Amino acid sequence: MPIQLIGRDNPSRNTMASFLVFAVTCLSALTSATAAEQGPQRVLAIGGAVTEIVYALGEQDRLVGRDSTSTFPPEANGLPDVGYIRALSPEGVLSVKPDLILARENNGPPEAVEVLKSTGVRWVDVPDEFTLSGIDENITIIAAELGVVDKGEALKKKVAADIARSRARQAAQGEAPRVMFVLALTDDKIRTSGRNTAADNIIALAGGENVITAFDGYKEISNEAVIDAAPDIILMMNGRGESADHEAVNALIEAHPALSTTPAVRNGRIIRMDGLLMLGFGPRTGEAIAQLSDALAGHEH
Amino acid sequence: MSTSLDATMNRLREPEGDRTALARRMMVCLLLILLVTAVLSLGSGATDTSASSVAWALVSGQDHLISAVERVIIMDIRMPRILLGMMVGACLAVSGAVMQGLFRNPLADPGIVGVSAGASLGAVSFIVLGTGVLAPVAALFGIYHVPFAAFLGGLMFTFALYRISTRSGSTSVATMLLAGIALGALANAFTGMLIFRADDEQLRDLTFWGLGSIAGATWPKVFAVAPIIVPILILAPFMARGLNAMTLGEATAHHLGVNVQIFKRLAIVLVAAATGAAVAVSGGIGFVGIVVPHLLRLMIGPDHRFLLPACGLLGAIMLLLADAIARQIVAPAELPIGIVTAAIGAPFFLWILLRRRGLMDI
Repeated sequence: MPIQLIGRDNPSRNTMASFLVFAVTCLSALTSATAAEQGPQRVLAIGGAVTEIVYALGEQDRLVGRDSTSTFPPEANGLPDVGYIRALSPEGVLSVKPDLILARENNGPPEAVEVLKSTGVRWVDVPDEFTLSGIDENITIIAAELGVVDKGEALKKKVAADIARSRARQAAQGEAPRVMFVLALTDDKIRTSGRNTAADNIIALAGGENVITAFDGYKEISNEAVIDAAPDIILMMNGRGESADHEAVNALIEAHPALSTTPAVRNGRIIRMDGLLMLGFGPRTGEAIAQLSDALAGHEH
Repeated sequence: MSTSLDATMNRLREPEGDRTALARRMMVCLLLILLVTAVLSLGSGATDTSASSVAWALVSGQDHLISAVERVIIMDIRMPRILLGMMVGACLAVSGAVMQGLFRNPLADPGIVGVSAGASLGAVSFIVLGTGVLAPVAALFGIYHVPFAAFLGGLMFTFALYRISTRSGSTSVATMLLAGIALGALANAFTGMLIFRADDEQLRDLTFWGLGSIAGATWPKVFAVAPIIVPILILAPFMARGLNAMTLGEATAHHLGVNVQIFKRLAIVLVAAATGAAVAVSGGIGFVGIVVPHLLRLMIGPDHRFLLPACGLLGAIMLLLADAIARQIVAPAELPIGIVTAAIGAPFFLWILLRRRGLMDI
């Protein structure tokens, strides 16, 4: 059950709030048209994809804050930043005076979240799923919370159509290119993606094949395993800060004892994409698939 | 014992004579500053709260005067945080002073008894394995399993270190230092293995834990550590005479009538328990245990009878101030407090080192 209303800690204080929320929920179910005016007016979005969905629904005027992972669309950066999704500060969150908190699961720390849930402000956990059905589910939940179910249905159709179009375009391609996702390269140690990650899923959706299958999640792998995997393509996120200098990072990669042996580096096939677009599994996933599959097929953007 | 000891201490004092009056004035000042800092902390944060709502929150349980959310912010978020901050700061500073006295080394910190290495191993184990192998244990302690594991880890490590460095009833301080380094390396090896197993989110959690924070302060945490930290803070000043004697060397302390062995054991146990509790609820907050005692030694001299209570007060003030900075500098987000204490502490530490060099360049 992703949605919960916590009011156990202090029944007397929270009864009224719970009743109000309940009343509002009933109202929004009854009258979807007026719901937008009646529903929550001060929404805090925590998680990049959550913020993107609120914008895609056209409900950004109700946003009063975001977390540091919410960097798209660019205007979201103008909202107050309550910090990193897993290092939330209870008072910082309350200071933007939200009446609804939409938080991607995987938020934390648990004791801070516990305190926040005890305040009676509505807190909704949005599942942290890096799959196509996960995107649908997230849009459904967020649209319902904002009382804009019709907009949600329209957005789901649009997102599904985008994804279908992107995937249809790559149907004609032959062999799946063998891809290795490099999350980070710190002092010559390579952190890569195994199975069951956002990177693994997006590579598959874009018609590629993830060559690292020995483990789940993101881990450091040995140089020998890299040589053994021999990827045709190395996929990375656009760098921030020091690694924003892609030329410099490429020079490191070309000088790396293991990476330099791979077909990917020998043929200069290092692809970069915006991290949130590629791994966020939000409303722009269709665009992410199109961009990535084009890049995998060698089309320039 | 006490007269001969006092006479010795008097000979030790610097020529400008009696610092007692100065120390007493200092203590009163610190107490006032602490009260003011605490009150100001209660009234400031990411959310604007008026002085009147703070007052109402403190004196009245009725909700028509202030909003429910405001009450939560003042009473359930700031209040436990301030109490926790004061306890952690006081305990780190006092433990630091006790360890520096015991080891006769001005650079010893509370972590020297292995408690920090053990605590971080305990915390890391649960952050990484709390959803896997250790899930049943984690479920037992609910959302507080990480602090609990840190506390246990710290105590276990200290116990091991104590056993290693104690032969036929006497504890060698030098062995303890060296064994502490070895055990720390061992803990790091295990921590390293766990880090290797960790996924992305767990890695971030580890990083944040290591930076230290009292953002997760809640009443249950306050009630969990208060029974450990408060009695130790009250007991600490009673160790002053023993520590004063120990600064002259163990043999001299023994001749002055201090039961050196029992005293060492007591000091180590108290520091381990207090620091374990502090680290458990706040993660890695560095430098308070070194900086505060140093600063006070420069100001009121090395007499532990004044040094220990003053350390408690100044440690609490330092942590409250650091927390106030951490809470407001990037509001509505917040910095981990360990960053603030280290950013202030490290330069200060360097300054002390340079100053010592200056004194020693004969």
